[in-house]
Amino acid sequence: MNSGLLSLLPDRLAWHVVLSASALGLGLLIALPLGVLAARSPRLRWPALALAGLVQTIPSLALLALFYPLLLLLSNLAKGAFGHGFSALGFLPSLLALTLYSMLPILRNTVAGLTGVEPAIVEAARGVGMTDRQRLWRGELPLALPVIMAGVRTAAVWTIGAATLSTPVGQTSLGDYIFSGLQTENWAMVLTGCIGSAALAMAVDQLLGLVERGAERRDKRIWGAGLVGLTIGLVAAVAPLAADFAPHPSTYVIGAKNFSEQYILAELMADRLEGHGARVTRKINLGSAVAYRALAAGEIDAYVDYSGTLWANVLGRTDNPGRAAVLDGLRAELKRRDGVVLLAPLGFENAYALAMRRDKAQALGIRTLADLAAKAPDLTMGGDLEFFSRPEWANVERVYGLRFKAKRQFQPTFMYRALGSGEADVISAFSSDGRIAADGLVVLGDPKGALPPYDAVLLVSPSRANDAPLRKALAGLDGAITVEAMRAANLSVDRDDHKSSPTEAARALEKGLRTGQP
Amino acid sequence: MTDAIVLDQVSKTYDGAAVLQPTDLFIPQGQFVALVGGSGAGKTTLLKTINGLVALTAGRVRIDGAATADLDGPTLRRRIGYVFQEVGLFPHLTVAENIGVVPTLLGWEPARIAERTTELLALVDLPAALAARRPAALSGGQRQRVGVARALAARPSILLMDEPFGALDSVTRVALADDVRRLHDQLDLTTVMVTHDIAEAALLADRIVVMAGGKVIADDTPKTLLAGHADPAVEALMQAPRRQAARVREITGE
Repeated sequence: MNSGLLSLLPDRLAWHVVLSASALGLGLLIALPLGVLAARSPRLRWPALALAGLVQTIPSLALLALFYPLLLLLSNLAKGAFGHGFSALGFLPSLLALTLYSMLPILRNTVAGLTGVEPAIVEAARGVGMTDRQRLWRGELPLALPVIMAGVRTAAVWTIGAATLSTPVGQTSLGDYIFSGLQTENWAMVLTGCIGSAALAMAVDQLLGLVERGAERRDKRIWGAGLVGLTIGLVAAVAPLAADFAPHPSTYVIGAKNFSEQYILAELMADRLEGHGARVTRKINLGSAVAYRALAAGEIDAYVDYSGTLWANVLGRTDNPGRAAVLDGLRAELKRRDGVVLLAPLGFENAYALAMRRDKAQALGIRTLADLAAKAPDLTMGGDLEFFSRPEWANVERVYGLRFKAKRQFQPTFMYRALGSGEADVISAFSSDGRIAADGLVVLGDPKGALPPYDAVLLVSPSRANDAPLRKALAGLDGAITVEAMRAANLSVDRDDHKSSPTEAARALEKGLRTGQP
Repeated sequence: MTDAIVLDQVSKTYDGAAVLQPTDLFIPQGQFVALVGGSGAGKTTLLKTINGLVALTAGRVRIDGAATADLDGPTLRRRIGYVFQEVGLFPHLTVAENIGVVPTLLGWEPARIAERTTELLALVDLPAALAARRPAALSGGQRQRVGVARALAARPSILLMDEPFGALDSVTRVALADDVRRLHDQLDLTTVMVTHDIAEAALLADRIVVMAGGKVIADDTPKTLLAGHADPAVEALMQAPRRQAARVREITGE
């Protein structure tokens, strides 16, 4: 495990702890009183438990994803009503989804604990003259406490585990290791995220267990030790963030989508900014559409996108006027629509290209998309997770009349594997991907120009449009990266042996830029 | 002699079914009354109307001349001792804390509560060393003694008991019953005890109120009731202690 991997650990762990602790705290604040009410009123009990149970059946990743558009909508409404909105990305959607997720075990155990108190105890409490409130606080809650605490422990473990899924909505967490590691097949990275979050969950569970035992035995020393342990752990884990909250005028947020090239370019930009003395936070693994909206909203300051992606997905264009015209069109339109600045094309294209194994293509006599159309009904097409829902694909499908036997979706990494193992015959490759050359693939020609050009372009948010330090740090990237240099960098991260981390690949790429060597 | 407890046309109906017919009952200060009858006779319901654990459908209850309807339930119940079969000690509290629960609710000083707890443990004949134990560590008889001590903690003048010895073995039962009667006399209490055991009622009470079908069917001293009663249901109930007594005389040859 390299040092670059662990250097980000304090920040990721801190956010993971802040997120899980806030969600659990908020979950307790809502589910405990609700549980007390539900235990007292059978009419409320069923709907409350059913609703909490329903939330649990929604996959947690989807629950997190759903909060983003919901909050975006609310933010826009707030903008209309009060003049300014709020960030729909990152902490807030993660917090809300995890809070909902943490509620069921607490609610269920509170109801079970309170309704499970012996009737004789309830009668005794009434008989000695306790009010309803005294009966709850002095009798029922202390007696239900072990059951309630068991629910809290379950909720804590669930929340800490599910917090790893907040990465795709732009919240830094230990999940960053898992998502990036999966993407680059860096298993050391995936394990770092898994072990980190599992260790955190176990530690919190043990400390909560101590609080539970102490409360049960009414031993102040035991539950005190548990609470002190939790507090020390919380403070120690969160301490690295204190610097982030200190007023610091030049903290830049660099964004990245969810593949190797994006990680490398984000690290390259972050390195340059840090070299100029600026503070940088990274929001990586953003969805393609999420990244652009986040930039337009000023939630990230800069990231790299691709001209064809913006052309088709942001501007909704299906025509292909050529490389230069697309760039010019974007420069003007993005500025006009969203105030987004297209700072510079980086010099290479990362085009969507349909690719096949060389032997298979030769055997079937396929050189272009037009050749492919004739053979497609016998072939399986593999796409990355978003390819089939993109307008570019719809355009290619329409222009060439492509009809495949089957279409399957893969993580980009596994897409290349699928081609090797025959689970897919054609894939949606990326032209800057080092694996095209390394795996001996052929890129199919596009004689009708159905796919737009995909020049990598550096985008800057409206609020940083005239930010001199940012422009200075990123100067010299204009047309500086060749497709060969990018392929080499990508391959160094994606290959199976002697893997580099994105940070190392970014440093190597930067070194090549300075010496003029790819 | 003033009446400590007065029931004035008290009745209780659950879901349209009358559990307790309109009943009058006058209990003088210092009397030990046993409410007897079969299950479903309405004796526990009658008992619980006194401390408001059962809300009245109609009628009025007066304690020491004041209508209980004018008091809120918790305030009323803190002034009346209550002991029941399942004891209902709080398992998460120590013996001392269980005994001190009503004084705590009444806001007594901790020192005064501690003093009273020591006093009560002696009063119900329990070793002081039990004070720090949890109820789970006690025997059934010890638990019920704690239950009695808890009921008496805030010096109530009225003690209500619902089958208080029902769950105990016969030796423990007799010893505890004797102690309760002793405490009744010593503390000048007015006691109302529900029991289905006529022999126990005859042994402890000054007065036996026999109930059936939600009504009082007999109300007299044990002596008078044992001598004979016009109501065949009352007669049937009184058969058991009479036969026991006759058999004992036969065996001992007196």
